[in-house]
Amino acid sequence: MPDGTQPPTGRVVGDVIMKVENVSLSFGGVRALDNVSFDVREHEILAIIGPNGAGKSSMLNCINGFYHPQEGAITYKGKRRDTAKTFEAAEEGIARTFQNIALFKGMSTLDNIMTGRGLKMKKNLLWQALYYGPALKEELEHRAKAEEVIDFLEIEAIRKTPVGRLPYGLQKRVELGRALAAEPDLLLLDEPMAGMNHEEKEDMVRYILDVNDEFGTTIVLIEHDMSVVMDISDRVVVLDYGKKLADGTPDEVKRNQDVIDAYLGVSHD
Amino acid sequence: MSVDTATGLDTFPRLLALNARIRGGKPASREKDYGIWQTWTWAEVAEEVRALACGLAALGFRRGDRLAIIGDNRPHLYWAMPAAQAVGGVPVPVYQDSVAEEMQYVLEHAECRFALVENQEQVDKLLEIKDRLPALETVIYHFPRGMRHYTQPFLHLYAKVQEQGREFDAAHAGFYEAEVAKGAGADLAVMLYTSGTTGRPKGVMLSFDNIIQTARNAAQWEGLTEDDEMLAYLPMAWVGDHIFSVGQAYTTGFCVACPESAETVLQDLREIGPTYFFAPPRIFENILTTVMIRIEDAASWKQRMFHYFMAVAGRVGGDILDGKPVPFLDRVKYKLGEFLVYGPLKNVLGLTRMHLGYTAGEAIGPDIFDFYRSLGLNLKQLYGSTEASVFITIQPNGDIRSDSVGVPAPGVEIRVADNGEVMFKSPGVFQAYYKNDAATAETKTPDGWVHTGDAGFLDADGHLKIIDRAKDVGRLTDGTLFAPKYLENKLKFFPFVSEAVTFGNGRDYVAAFINMDLEAVGNWAERRGLAYTGYTDLAGRPEVLELIADCVDKVNADLAQDDKLAGSQIRRFLILHKELDADDGELTRTRKVRRTVVAERYGDLIAALYSDRDHCEVTATVTFEDGRTDTIHADLKIRDAKVVPPGAARAAA
Repeated sequence: MPDGTQPPTGRVVGDVIMKVENVSLSFGGVRALDNVSFDVREHEILAIIGPNGAGKSSMLNCINGFYHPQEGAITYKGKRRDTAKTFEAAEEGIARTFQNIALFKGMSTLDNIMTGRGLKMKKNLLWQALYYGPALKEELEHRAKAEEVIDFLEIEAIRKTPVGRLPYGLQKRVELGRALAAEPDLLLLDEPMAGMNHEEKEDMVRYILDVNDEFGTTIVLIEHDMSVVMDISDRVVVLDYGKKLADGTPDEVKRNQDVIDAYLGVSHD
Repeated sequence: MSVDTATGLDTFPRLLALNARIRGGKPASREKDYGIWQTWTWAEVAEEVRALACGLAALGFRRGDRLAIIGDNRPHLYWAMPAAQAVGGVPVPVYQDSVAEEMQYVLEHAECRFALVENQEQVDKLLEIKDRLPALETVIYHFPRGMRHYTQPFLHLYAKVQEQGREFDAAHAGFYEAEVAKGAGADLAVMLYTSGTTGRPKGVMLSFDNIIQTARNAAQWEGLTEDDEMLAYLPMAWVGDHIFSVGQAYTTGFCVACPESAETVLQDLREIGPTYFFAPPRIFENILTTVMIRIEDAASWKQRMFHYFMAVAGRVGGDILDGKPVPFLDRVKYKLGEFLVYGPLKNVLGLTRMHLGYTAGEAIGPDIFDFYRSLGLNLKQLYGSTEASVFITIQPNGDIRSDSVGVPAPGVEIRVADNGEVMFKSPGVFQAYYKNDAATAETKTPDGWVHTGDAGFLDADGHLKIIDRAKDVGRLTDGTLFAPKYLENKLKFFPFVSEAVTFGNGRDYVAAFINMDLEAVGNWAERRGLAYTGYTDLAGRPEVLELIADCVDKVNADLAQDDKLAGSQIRRFLILHKELDADDGELTRTRKVRRTVVAERYGDLIAALYSDRDHCEVTATVTFEDGRTDTIHADLKIRDAKVVPPGAARAAA
């Protein structure tokens, strides 16, 4: 619009940041992933969709090093990393949230978010226990970062509340906060909106878009709500029984006959 | 000539300069940012305001322009007020939660060329109505978050405006001082729009003299000093916040803290520990309810300790606070209670340091009011309005009466018009309603008296009692004042009474319908082993009639102490066989009695109240929640209440 009320989006999708090539993963006789290939480009939002058991979570687990694929290669920022460990993934700037919330229920929101800074703390345990001098300075720096995340996600009011006492939607937000505290380049979100009511979903969508927009974070998410997926993602990868059915823009995917047959379930005309 | 004019301290920009000079290192504003309280001293605030004022000038803000200010309580938004005033403008704070249409009305009516808003949310609202606001030229926003892609040329970042202001200031030496020197105490300082529950909002124009003199008078009367501290969490567009957080803060030099967000107010309260605190009755009620619920969850020995010491406090706490004599043993118990219960409780609530608290807006229940006072918190009611720059009456220290709103605030004169309406005259009386001469003439007499619209009277000791809205007050046939709401509220303060309707306008005496509170009376009946089948059955029991008669007698005894109201004691009453209900159209959805509907529907009962019959049969239709209807037959007993002759009551009391 000429008067600028519809602002142009500021981020520019960049080069390929991660390449997934011919990845296969089996558990005994079950083939969870079968020869899957796709690219993730810098600053984009990529959605992975598919029916239950299609291998979506397995794919994320391969990316962040929880599983190691038997065949194929995953290249991240130019480095082969299909055999990397989870903590190496974290060190390289990959953070994630989980399908089932994995927070420390007894700890406060702030402490949970501070755990996201764990890998960035360089002082050893003894220094931290002393809580003096350089260790104190470091703690303050990390606390400042955690507070930025709290401000960003607008969770000031629950800063000191034990996470176990929070409603589900807020716990999901805290989990996102912990992932953000690690200042990731690549953020993996496993069903960030599952089980949420309409309002909570809207909030979460807004935060995901804000993260992508403000920090330029590349986001790979798994989601079942098709309207959300089609709305916010730049590209969509469709998996079915471990195989990739399609990959492209939301519109291309929506029109793909294989995808309609396998997943979207729209009748033929 | 007033003191302020004589000393040249008659505008906020000048008071700010004074504060920066004599208490430059003292805290002026606080805000929690990224979890840490940030503090600005008076000297720093003066610098920020100067930069913003010059920035406004650089953007073309001229003398007489209006600056709309929209957002939550933030130091940066408060600073915009003296900044606009410094260059001859008028701040117009707008309720931050108003929807775009309401905002449009105010901005249009006030002809704002400039708006200064908090964040993206408010910018979006303004953009939505920008087309319909031809006068609005410039919008300044404080928080840049989410604003990166807004490219409109009329949008300016607060910090950038200040930067521009500093350059402007450097290039135009003496500009700021010269502009400030042009201001005068009689100038328009601020325009506050009344919230507009009835009709369109009206723009109340207040001058510097109005605000500064009223604020200073009240602050001196209450002994506020520069070491006080308050938490500003009520809307900036509300006159109370303006007088407390701007008027009194600038005249006494105390510090105003802004909460981190609307949801964190109670936590921020605890961290700041204000010494001066205002809250509407609803908030005090919520805090009390929370305390009581938490105590229910505490260990039983803690509960016993709490209840024991709260009973002690209830008995003597108020007297100790008022400086009245209290037996030595009770004093010792109260001290022990302070150590074990009251102190820790006040600490949890963040009220440890509070030496002055106000509540106003509606009647506060005596239980709630007494609870806080018994803890040693100097909570007081005040009566005020936007047209008075808040203060009309304040309860004086040491002489708190829960049924009065206190004595006239310093500088305020009060008189009661012939129709019972309270009128006042004070240094704070507003200039006029903006562009609404008809309303101004209706409210303000040519010699400066203002109609409040409330009926009330001054008692023998000069305490003002507000009894009702003036238009609802009637007279008995012998001319005695009859204030239905006042009587009904008195009845409703008893837990056994849930609702009451009184009659008397144009009648010989006052009579009442009473709804008992099923829960409270049911509980009472259970403990007494009184079996009942339902509401109608219980309401018809003679024991219950006696119980309620006792309440009515107490109200009468209370009324007898007032010469003006002694004649409006309740002579006869009955307990209704059903609860007045919104589903039957007898109450509004906000649970206010619809007098006309009740009077029509229960005409027979009213006739019986004004006859010598002692019972009345009634058949009524009730509507259940699922829409079915049923009829109830009942034979209601009518009872005479004890009427106390005025003289006797005073002797007995």
